[in-house]
Amino acid sequence: METIKEKQSSSKPKSTIKISGAEAIIHCLLAEGVDLLYGYPGGAIMPVYDELYKFQDKLTHILTRHEQGATHAAQGYARVSGRVGVAMATSGPGATNLVTGLADAQIDSTPMVCITGQVPRHLLGSDAFQETDIIGISTPVTKWNYQITKASEIPEILAKAFFIAKSGRPGPVLVDITKNAQFDEFEFSYEKCKGVRSYNPAPKPNMGAIDAAAALINKAKKPFIVWGQGVILGEAEEELKAVIEKAGIPAAWTIMGESAIPTNHPLNVGMVGMHGNYGPNILTNECDVLIAVGMRFDDRVTGSLDTYAKQAKVVHFEIDPAEINKNVPADVAVLGNSKETLALLLPKLEKSSHEDWNNEFKKKRDIEFEQVIKNDIHPTKEGLTMGEVIEQINIASKNKAVIVSDVGQHQMIACRYAKFAQSKSNITSGGLGTMGFGLPAAIGAKQGAMDREVVAIIGDGGYQMTIQELGVIFQHQIPVKIVVLNNDHLGMVRQWQELFFDKRYASTVMVNPDFVKIAEGYHIEAKRVSKREDLKATIETMIASDKPYFLEVKVEKEDNVFPMIPSGASVSDIRLK
Amino acid sequence: MKNQWFTISVYSENNVGLLNRISGIFLKRHINIESLNVSKSEIDEVSKFTIVVYTTEQWVHNIVGQIEKQIEVIKAFYHKDDETIYQESALFKIDSALLFDERQIQNIIKESNSQIVTVSREFFVLAKSGRRPEIDEMYEQLKPYGIMQFVRSGRISVTKDEMQISALLKELKV
Repeated sequence: METIKEKQSSSKPKSTIKISGAEAIIHCLLAEGVDLLYGYPGGAIMPVYDELYKFQDKLTHILTRHEQGATHAAQGYARVSGRVGVAMATSGPGATNLVTGLADAQIDSTPMVCITGQVPRHLLGSDAFQETDIIGISTPVTKWNYQITKASEIPEILAKAFFIAKSGRPGPVLVDITKNAQFDEFEFSYEKCKGVRSYNPAPKPNMGAIDAAAALINKAKKPFIVWGQGVILGEAEEELKAVIEKAGIPAAWTIMGESAIPTNHPLNVGMVGMHGNYGPNILTNECDVLIAVGMRFDDRVTGSLDTYAKQAKVVHFEIDPAEINKNVPADVAVLGNSKETLALLLPKLEKSSHEDWNNEFKKKRDIEFEQVIKNDIHPTKEGLTMGEVIEQINIASKNKAVIVSDVGQHQMIACRYAKFAQSKSNITSGGLGTMGFGLPAAIGAKQGAMDREVVAIIGDGGYQMTIQELGVIFQHQIPVKIVVLNNDHLGMVRQWQELFFDKRYASTVMVNPDFVKIAEGYHIEAKRVSKREDLKATIETMIASDKPYFLEVKVEKEDNVFPMIPSGASVSDIRLK
Repeated sequence: MKNQWFTISVYSENNVGLLNRISGIFLKRHINIESLNVSKSEIDEVSKFTIVVYTTEQWVHNIVGQIEKQIEVIKAFYHKDDETIYQESALFKIDSALLFDERQIQNIIKESNSQIVTVSREFFVLAKSGRRPEIDEMYEQLKPYGIMQFVRSGRISVTKDEMQISALLKELKV
């Protein structure tokens, strides 16, 4: 609380003289501890940009090259730092360009506040220049949104916006502010939001549910934990680790939960889902108690629900009551923040090691290693594989890097093979699967953790969706390392065409430009590798660099990602080839 | 799971845009809203939505969860028809000449328990409150004589059980 007070007083205007709505917005951001935002100016937000100019010593604004880039950068920032990401845009097209990032943040529960300018109050509904109903448009993809039409509403609404974005199950909030409200003057005072009458961010843990959960887990012969991003958002990493270690429970992660527990932890048995590991998928249908922690049984995790863990009792630890019984019925639902609920569970658990059961995972791991992993990371064929690139990055960065991925084959490979020693290190678009997420998210991730190595792993398709953000990296010399795994294809779609559409390769071949020259056009040091003997040294050079660095790796054009659960199939039907 | 009628009751803040947010939850799942009514509730400054849907219990459970999750929603419930007391209202506008020319019309008015709201030289208006089948029956009886205009309201309903919204609001008071 002290720091909040301190920040508030330093940002408060000196006396109770009136200030403009635009200046008030800046004071609100400063009071919320914001020192960095991403955005793009335009007519309806210009009064705020005029104030940003005056406050540039306290508040850094990064001009992305597209508003979508601003949202993904804000997301990347939020995901590594745990703070609220902020993006700003003008009305009309500026606002509509935020929609993809809002939808991504909504489905992946990322705390973000977007501020949009809007035409003046008296022009609302008149189809004025650059007028669009962004409240209507953004409603399904925001946790909350609000249109401010009077300057005096600004402090209360922005305080509420930050509170809602960050509390409970986080999510994006959009505040649309008419231009007259930015110009009008009023007497400013700011109070942080402490609660909203109709909103209960996190249910209080129920001891009865915790006792019931403990009883099921203590009785289990083959307990299995699947954790998701809820563990990271709730900062419950230590609590989860204590639970799995005490009770000897093998634990797997969803793509959004990766990095919460170190990769090399003996009870970390890998990834569940469509391209997850063999053991955790197949053994989902052999466990006797399935303990889901901060995850929502997405269809990419469960495959067919009709055949998902039917033999198991399900215990669901979850902050959002709407997720209980949504996809998989819970025998015991433990509502609340996982940091609290897991801490309450721990003393009630009996010590155990479940050796035979854990061995099942090891056996399955060996099968997967022989049939898939070995060939992915130590290939004997001529062409380079995506897996060996990730492995070299692990080695060069000593598993310490933040890995930001885009969407597609390279994403699955990055999530499968990247190794992590620290939480909040795997930044990817999990729920929405937004191609183009990677490059701008890496910018935000680096600015959210300047002391950490940030490596963006991107495919040649997604890279070209937001490639213009190289301009930001160049202008601000943001030292991210960009690795494009180029197979000259939309690889994941190509893989589906090969497996499920009789090899009719409709619109998946890409004739690509010279990516090295493009990076060099932005004065970013750039290299291309197409031979195995150059890979290790180039990656070492890249990681050693303290500047932005671009690396294109020409990989095998027609590789597939395995294991794979075909869409709609059972987790038991996971294919190794 | 089979489709049935459900009445969803939503207690919420009275804010611009909330109707859009709630209707979007149905749109996203491709579920038609059979009827919708928004009014004040028994609590000052709290609105009540009454929404009728024909769907499965699994879906209505999910939908109510998503509705309740909206920031400005205080509480949402769903009930089956036998758990609520519910009514709809309808207005029928009919040519005044029929009142004198067609004896049967007067019988329909009496038997249906409807009220004459207004009478002019050109038309008269009948109001009828009741359950959907009763209103439908009256409609079918009047139809052969010619209905100039017809409108039916959304369902309004109160539950047999207590709602305890005031207690909840007290608990949430910030």
